[in-house]
Amino acid sequence: MTRLAVLKTYKLYIGGKFPRSESGRVYELTGADGSFIANVARASRKDARDAVVAARAAVTGWSGATGYNRGQVLYRIAELLEGRRAQFVDEICRQEGVTAKQAGEQVDTAIDRWVWYAGWADKYVQVAGNGNPVSGPYFNLSTPEPTGVVAIIAPQHPTPSASLLGFVSAIAPALVSGNTVVVVASEKTPLSAISLSEVLATSDVPGGVINILTGSPAEIAPWLASHADVNALDLLGAGDLDWVDLQIDAAETLKRVLPPEAGPDAASPSIDRITFFTETKTVWHTKGMI
Amino acid sequence: MRRKKTIVTLTTALAPAERALNVLGTDLTEKGLRRYLNGIAGVDAVGLEQRAAALGTRSIKTTSKRWALDTIISLIDLTTLEGADTRGKVRSLAAKAITPDASDPDCGPVAAICVYGDMVPDAVAALGAHHGAPDRGKIAVAAVATAFPSGRASLPVKLSDTSDAVAAGADEIDMVIDRGAFLAGNYGRVFDEIVAVKETCRREDGTSAHLKVILETGELNTYDNVRRASWLAILAGGDFIKTSTGKVSPAATLPVTLLMLEVVRDWYKLTGQKIGVKPAGGIRSSKDAIKYLVTVAETAGEEWLQPHLFRFGASSLLNDVLMQRQKMTTGHYSGPDYVTID
Repeated sequence: MTRLAVLKTYKLYIGGKFPRSESGRVYELTGADGSFIANVARASRKDARDAVVAARAAVTGWSGATGYNRGQVLYRIAELLEGRRAQFVDEICRQEGVTAKQAGEQVDTAIDRWVWYAGWADKYVQVAGNGNPVSGPYFNLSTPEPTGVVAIIAPQHPTPSASLLGFVSAIAPALVSGNTVVVVASEKTPLSAISLSEVLATSDVPGGVINILTGSPAEIAPWLASHADVNALDLLGAGDLDWVDLQIDAAETLKRVLPPEAGPDAASPSIDRITFFTETKTVWHTKGMI
Repeated sequence: MRRKKTIVTLTTALAPAERALNVLGTDLTEKGLRRYLNGIAGVDAVGLEQRAAALGTRSIKTTSKRWALDTIISLIDLTTLEGADTRGKVRSLAAKAITPDASDPDCGPVAAICVYGDMVPDAVAALGAHHGAPDRGKIAVAAVATAFPSGRASLPVKLSDTSDAVAAGADEIDMVIDRGAFLAGNYGRVFDEIVAVKETCRREDGTSAHLKVILETGELNTYDNVRRASWLAILAGGDFIKTSTGKVSPAATLPVTLLMLEVVRDWYKLTGQKIGVKPAGGIRSSKDAIKYLVTVAETAGEEWLQPHLFRFGASSLLNDVLMQRQKMTTGHYSGPDYVTID
């Protein structure tokens, strides 16, 4: 006897929950070979708004955690990714049409990159912070602090390896310092991002720290770029969009903006991607009181 | 001296309140009052909640929403009721009441600011020329009194609490009922207290501060009790019935407010007098507040949507309304950094 197929509903990930799009819309996802894979939620501007609200609410807790704690929580995600390796390999094969070996390499690289960024959580302040020489009897210390809510357009193209590696490379650096993120996944290859949301839901990351939207970046990005409660915008995968207009929108509320990147070196691991989403706090402390 | 006489008459007959005399007849005794209140039909809880839920599903489109947001602002009692309140806090509250949105001078003002009794002089001073009747675009000062929020004090203490606030310039008094006495079935005591406080609201020049009676519905347990308490408060002379202090959970809910609006509507049909309703506590989003507007319009009628007949007791609601309003003006979403901190 054949079993009835149990099909999965692919939903958004907002505030630690899996809602359908508020609009009720979905779009058809096809694999590299053109076959139907799934109906994926098509997020609306209101979903983006809800995601920003959830992300804002999570900033205090996530940025308030110690760097060491954040590092542990992020590392735990890598552990869970490792356990779901087979699922990610399978999904990458279906979406990108690559071999299992290539997909496996992508998953391994993504996990390694996640671990690499997790390690920076309790170290980047020491590297990017500074004791400043001042002409007076003061200690003068500058330390980087998270900027707040970061909206990210994840890499969109299946090559080079947008599915999982591109997604991880986009969100991990913003999270390290204690920012919360609202990320628009790849429109054509969103499965890895959706599966990652299931990993996140069972990890120790508080709800709202990472919010994942699927759908059309062209539709959602302008709302995120102009949203007054978003502090920074990473246009990493926005190369196909009218991204200069997005930069202009973002400038209205003084957001930090990273431009699109393309090619094999796009979003390569770098501490610059961590420190970009930080603000510098400088403290003066008198030497006289010691 | 008149106050003391009221206490003496507590056990035998009720203080003569004009409305109660008209409705219950001249034989105004505790027994008669209890018979009247217990004779009020029970509430269909399922029907009430379903009606409230249905009223909450209305879709409000752009132009109506803009009107709704402006109406909500004009109906807000901007409130600060913390032990940590300072004169500076009250001053900044008053400034916000006058100019809710610094980026849009056309916005506001709110209906009133609501503070503890001892803060009334500071509130009056801070409002200055803006102090006045909300129906004429000014801002009233409301004071909570009668041992707010618990109401656990003797009657003379409650009355002097009230007269202090009135003397200091409060336009509205938010009193709490004695929930203990109400739940024990001692309706006469609750009734007499409201009458006495109402009497104390009178000023020397013959005018009177508006009296809002807080039922604290979260402690009344059943809808039947809420309905009875609403009738009791109106019979005793309350100008407004208010759901909650905001210090008890649950505070205002849509079904409870709907129920109180129905009492107000029935009272209007019975006597032609319009009583106000004030849900307070727990209303934080514009979306929720719009549901209340729909409920008021559909239950009591649209003429209730003005400051002397309907108020929101809220503090954080205003910021959310302002953000929604900014969204409608600018076309992009606003954030908490673009409104003042409470």
